[in-house]
Amino acid sequence: MANLQQFCTFFLKDQFFGVPVQQVQEVIRYQEMTRVPLTPQVIRGLINLRGQIVMAVDLRRRFAMEDRPASQLPMNVVVRTDDGAVSFLVDEIGDVLEVDEESFERPPETVRGETRELVRGVYKLQERLLLVLDTERAVCGAEGAVRTAN
Amino acid sequence: MSDLEIVKEFLVESYENLDRLDRDLIALEKDPGNPEILASVFRTIHTIKGTSGFLAFHQLGAVTHVGENLLARLRDGLLTLNAEITTALLAMVDAVRQMLGSIEATGVEGERNDQELIARLTRLLQPKAEADLAPPGAAPAPPEAQRTDPPPPAPNVGDILIKGGAAKVSEVYEAVEQQKAGDPRHVGEILVEKGAVKPQDVLDALNLQQQARGPSASDSTIRVDVAQLDRLMNRMGELVLLRNQIVQFTNASEDSGLLATSQRLNLLTTELQEGVMKTRMQPIGNIWSKFPRTVRDVALGCGKQVRIEMEGKETELDKTIIEAIKDPLTHIVRNSVDHGIESPAARAAAGKNLEGRLFLRAFHEGGQVNIEISDDGAGLDFDKIRNKAIQKGMITADQAARMTEREITNLIWLPGFSTAEKVTNVSGRGVGMDVVKTNIEKIGGTVDLQSKPGQGSTVRMKIPLTLAIIPALIVTTAGDRYAIPQVSLLELVRLEGEQARKGIERVNGAPVYRLRGHLLPLVYLNRELKVDGKPQGAPTNQSATAGDLDFSAVRDKHRQWIDTLQLVLDGKLAMTPQQAGSHETCALGKWVYAKGLKEYGAVDEMHVLEKTHKEFHNSVRNVLLHKSQGEESLALQELDAVTRISHRVMELTTSMERKVLESQNANIVVLRADDQQFGLVVDEINDTEEIVVKPLSKQLKSINTYAGATIMGDGRVALILDVLGLAQRAHVVSEARDRAVAEKGSQTLGAGDGNQRNAVLLFQYGENGRMAIDLSLVARLEEFPRDSIEVAGDHEVVQYRGQIMPLIRVSEVLESKRRRAAEAGEESLHVVVYADKGRSVGLVVDRILDIVEESFVMQPQPERKGLLGSAVIQKRVTDILDVHGLIAAAAGSPLSVGVSASGVPA
Repeated sequence: MANLQQFCTFFLKDQFFGVPVQQVQEVIRYQEMTRVPLTPQVIRGLINLRGQIVMAVDLRRRFAMEDRPASQLPMNVVVRTDDGAVSFLVDEIGDVLEVDEESFERPPETVRGETRELVRGVYKLQERLLLVLDTERAVCGAEGAVRTAN
Repeated sequence: MSDLEIVKEFLVESYENLDRLDRDLIALEKDPGNPEILASVFRTIHTIKGTSGFLAFHQLGAVTHVGENLLARLRDGLLTLNAEITTALLAMVDAVRQMLGSIEATGVEGERNDQELIARLTRLLQPKAEADLAPPGAAPAPPEAQRTDPPPPAPNVGDILIKGGAAKVSEVYEAVEQQKAGDPRHVGEILVEKGAVKPQDVLDALNLQQQARGPSASDSTIRVDVAQLDRLMNRMGELVLLRNQIVQFTNASEDSGLLATSQRLNLLTTELQEGVMKTRMQPIGNIWSKFPRTVRDVALGCGKQVRIEMEGKETELDKTIIEAIKDPLTHIVRNSVDHGIESPAARAAAGKNLEGRLFLRAFHEGGQVNIEISDDGAGLDFDKIRNKAIQKGMITADQAARMTEREITNLIWLPGFSTAEKVTNVSGRGVGMDVVKTNIEKIGGTVDLQSKPGQGSTVRMKIPLTLAIIPALIVTTAGDRYAIPQVSLLELVRLEGEQARKGIERVNGAPVYRLRGHLLPLVYLNRELKVDGKPQGAPTNQSATAGDLDFSAVRDKHRQWIDTLQLVLDGKLAMTPQQAGSHETCALGKWVYAKGLKEYGAVDEMHVLEKTHKEFHNSVRNVLLHKSQGEESLALQELDAVTRISHRVMELTTSMERKVLESQNANIVVLRADDQQFGLVVDEINDTEEIVVKPLSKQLKSINTYAGATIMGDGRVALILDVLGLAQRAHVVSEARDRAVAEKGSQTLGAGDGNQRNAVLLFQYGENGRMAIDLSLVARLEEFPRDSIEVAGDHEVVQYRGQIMPLIRVSEVLESKRRRAAEAGEESLHVVVYADKGRSVGLVVDRILDIVEESFVMQPQPERKGLLGSAVIQKRVTDILDVHGLIAAAAGSPLSVGVSASGVPA
């Protein structure tokens, strides 16, 4: 029997990513951010989510990709972590997809650098590949950078 | 009610009862015959005994049974309380506590053997001959003030009836006699039966009596789950934020109905907030009430006599804060008794009372709760502390010799520090004071100890009243808003234009302001946070100079050109167009491009200035060009042009200067951190608001400049500054680990003797060469842009404070093979200025490393020129520069004679 898992998907440049739905608190359009000086570039700032103050991590920067053009506003994918909610800034939101566990594969050896650390694996969909984001690592990396910066 | 609930209630009530028992027993010890206390103690134990039997806690019952017997004897006067009995009873209380704890955790009393305790209590049932010995741990009661008068009991019904005229004295007297004779009825009943009074009168009298007694305590309080209160506080916080937002919206409205309603909402929310906060406030007496027992136990354990006094125990604190300071306070109290207060013998020898005094004081002040714990003991033994610190390797003997009393006092806060000779059960393991300080600081408080040898010590704590909703000052810097908790705010200072320029002075590069005679170190918020008005991520402009342009110097320079060019035309001076520089290399030009165009608005004016300045320099070069090509008359014409343009440049720079000054208003927020004051310079000061403190996420908590975040009225997030963290980052206060160690940057100027401690300036030359120069020889540390270096003869010079200062490149003088480190990329040079007899010499170094004070042994190196020798400083081999030698060598050059004829102005 097919083992199905639902993913909340989004785009970063031309890469297609997904996060398991149960980890996602909400998906919300661009929110004004207050920058936090003395933090690494990866942390774009803080947003006000209905009274909750949530830290925004720019995934493009986390993956060492170039910044999105200034005219393009990011979307927020707010995920639940052990220490509260964190928002990931992404380019565009995709649909919620159901994928079959069978099509999952670990990333090949040729994948290097940040991507290797932050991607759990890949689902081979019909038209494209879905990279599974490791949310804890994505957030913790930011924390480590904060500590070294200070 | 289920069994579990019954047990839970039993536990809660019993814990409270035990606390009361502790207090009562201590009080009883000082006042052994007091019937009220005796009765209260008996009742308490009786209750516990009864309930434990009902709940089948037999061991509990056994222990309390014996205790009850003992108390019965005391109550009936068959025994007099003494120290031994008190101690035994307290031991019983502890045993009961243990059993309760076990019941709480596991549901049963646990494996116990209380036989010894029971035997002990049983033994004490027999009166001893020396029952009247004054107990060592308690205070001998002064003869007059024997016992505190019990509160006047509520008046008897009989008295009320007499007073009210409802009954006659004789009738009441008879009724009372009858009652004494054995009539079990109340006086009121007897009188009614006799027909002496009407039933209504008795009822009225009873009412009056009830009123006189006051409402019984059990009616006026209820228990509330703490978690429930926390939830309430959270909701309250949300409400405050919403209120702020609504107020902001309605302020923009004209609708008077809306405004009025919003105003009422505002007031109501504030009252509600205060009310909710109050529910969580508890008097500090709740913690203090345990201390008499603690003091007694510790004092007995050390053979000392200590009396505890308290003032301000009704001072209220938020429950979470009370939880946080409970242990620190206990530790300090135990410490004072164990280490502070001397033994009775020592005290007698010092002419003090045999009994030591521990004084606890709490009060509200300045938005904080102040708690003071003072003792009249021996105070800190500075020598002992010094020696201990040296022994543990925390400081060197030298450092210790030069530390002030204050610095020595602060050593006690270091982890692992304790001067106790014996590690007792009580304290002395050296893990106490640092934990105390950490815990207090964790909740945003401060703690400080002051001591007078022979007289005693005082520990002072300051703790914020509440953590959740605080008043704050909102400021703006680099386009972002920040909140500064008002509790750290002392005052606001605004300096305008000229005042700002003159008022902010520098001490060795550090900006300060004279605030009513005291030097206030200044911290620029934008610099500390490394923001400069540019969006995050944009590269910072490296060539922007720290200060602004010296406009009058600029004007002088441009005026001088005319003289210079005249000299050239007269043949008295030779100069090529290249040597004249250009509008880009000139200081004014550079300022315009680096800062002026970007920061001082008036873009049009700036462009005009830029253009005119460019013309000016072009003209200058043209003059030189014509002259070099022998075209004298053309050169002269061009010189006229230069003169004219020069005037224009003068005008423009003057007006520009005014604009720059205007925008240089300084807003200084005077803050206090750790008893140090400093001024935070911000772009704008907004207003004060009540804000809700929201914690930062785990990742951001580690940045010490932020204490949290809040949501402003317009819905945007603002960061709350942590004043202490900011001060530490800016080095206004020393960081915790540096506190005890003598500062590195000592200013005492030592002689160049290699054996004693010397203050030296360390710098780098070449790739990894290290060099030191005696600090006493250093006048100033400067940074010059590479382009300000000019050449006179074949020496490098730079214009400096109206003089021409020769530059000596240290790496060259030493004739070492070390490369000049990446010089092509450097924008500016680091120069150590040495001044002697009004003349200065600049030593060009690659990098200034540090100022240190160390004792080192110098080994002379006669074969190396320019060096006095080398030594190991900061664990690295360091050359010691022979400054005098270098200067003597430089003095041989034509430059040393003031401004030479070949001096070239820019």
